[in-house]
Amino acid sequence: MDLIANHISHRFGDLAVLDDVSFTVSAGEVVAIVGPSGCGKSTLLSILGGLLQPTSGAPELRGTPPADSLNPLTFVFQDFALLPWASVEENVEFPLLHAQLSAAQRRALVEDALRRTGLTDFRNTYPKQLSGGMRQRVGISRALAVRPAILLMDEPLSALDSQTRELLMEDFVRLLADGGMGAVYVTHNLEEAARLADRIVVLSRRPGRIREVVAVSMTRAERGDIAAREKLLALQNQIWSLIRTEAIDAEREVQHA
Amino acid sequence: MLDRAASEIAQDAATRPVRFRGAGFVPASSRLGGWIALALVIALWQAAGSAGLVNPLFLPAPLAIARAIYQLAISGALWQHVSASLLRIGVGWVLGTAAGVAVGFAIGLSRLARSVGITFISALFPIPKIALLPLLILWLGIGEEPKIATIALGVFFSTAISVYSGVDAVPRNLIRMAQSFNVPFATIVRKVIWPGALPAILAGFRITASVALLLVVSAEMIGAQYGIGAFVLQAGNLMQTDQLLAGVVILSVFGLAVGKVIGWLEVKLLHWR
Repeated sequence: MDLIANHISHRFGDLAVLDDVSFTVSAGEVVAIVGPSGCGKSTLLSILGGLLQPTSGAPELRGTPPADSLNPLTFVFQDFALLPWASVEENVEFPLLHAQLSAAQRRALVEDALRRTGLTDFRNTYPKQLSGGMRQRVGISRALAVRPAILLMDEPLSALDSQTRELLMEDFVRLLADGGMGAVYVTHNLEEAARLADRIVVLSRRPGRIREVVAVSMTRAERGDIAAREKLLALQNQIWSLIRTEAIDAEREVQHA
Repeated sequence: MLDRAASEIAQDAATRPVRFRGAGFVPASSRLGGWIALALVIALWQAAGSAGLVNPLFLPAPLAIARAIYQLAISGALWQHVSASLLRIGVGWVLGTAAGVAVGFAIGLSRLARSVGITFISALFPIPKIALLPLLILWLGIGEEPKIATIALGVFFSTAISVYSGVDAVPRNLIRMAQSFNVPFATIVRKVIWPGALPAILAGFRITASVALLLVVSAEMIGAQYGIGAFVLQAGNLMQTDQLLAGVVILSVFGLAVGKVIGWLEVKLLHWR
């Protein structure tokens, strides 16, 4: 199943946020979206995931999702969005409660998602008892439980410290390794984009337009190798050079706002 | 010159502790301390009464009040008055709470209900509900109904406000998360909004319990033969201040008991906080 951004533009009142953004995320592909602060990255993700109606244009799907997918487009949120009154297990089970599943099927999906994210031993704990990294693991586990075709990740690591970020990045690489699941990965962090994405969509300053789409030639497995560091750094520098001036302008604009 | 330099060097070498500046602003309550303070006040009060420093007509000693409560209990009058008040509070609170929760959720979830409901609530909430009792007597007669209706009205407005404030306070990201998983509206209300609004709803219950207590006493003072309010008023009219204060103590115990029940509910239902 492909996800298509078809000439998407969006305004919040008088403020133009996105302007004619078009690209396609093919099945199993990971596309990162980067750009200066306020360029509409998260807005674009909300539109792609059907949580926000664009002013013009539309998000579209092409092809059929995998037969076992209960929620083809599934978000992983920056702030985790966990139910604080529910245990880890109940949080992971939450999106399955309304699905046409037997209790045994539901339990199997939850077990599998908990196992894949290393949360089996934490099933009965509550979000407030967990570290930021573990909370995001619950968010990822919940997303995996519904067998998504495409993960929509809105800066999923930005609220975490650098060590936890590194560990979760390794988890993402592992989860996306078999190509069975695609992703749209919104981030400020160019290193994350370079490590994970097959293509990087670079947006301009507000209103966000596509400035460039940069293809990453290495496989994700290759990128984990120490020998690839130089190439990845060069890629990050290339993207940074595209957005640096606008990032400075955007930061000044935010400070004066 | 050389001596001075040496003393400066010695001063530099000496260590001194950094002064702690982080004390205070973390008040920790001591349960025992509170009870000790209460016992001290009662003991002082009793001592002043026993020593004849206070006229018992104006302020009877604690033992006299305890004796009055005991007499009321063994005569059966205590239960007669308490049960009449409890019935009015219970029925009025349940009716007002049920309506308030329903209206509060409607205002929190529906644009139409919000536009209409908030206008009405803003206009009617400030009216002291006890002022409506004569009107309610005209409408409903002189039985239990107007008293219960007064309590229900008082409870309704506070409940509705706390419920829709609670619904508004549910983090939007949780609702968006549920929507992103195509969770149906009714399940979002049941599994996200209700538990998310529960802390505000329970906080509202604390307020409405006090409102109900206030209104039952007021309503019983205006027109009732039985009930703690009626009893307190009769005792005051007869200058039986020990009985009057016995009624006040019973009200205080009732308020404390309700507070304990709500505290217990909070521990049970909001353990995740």
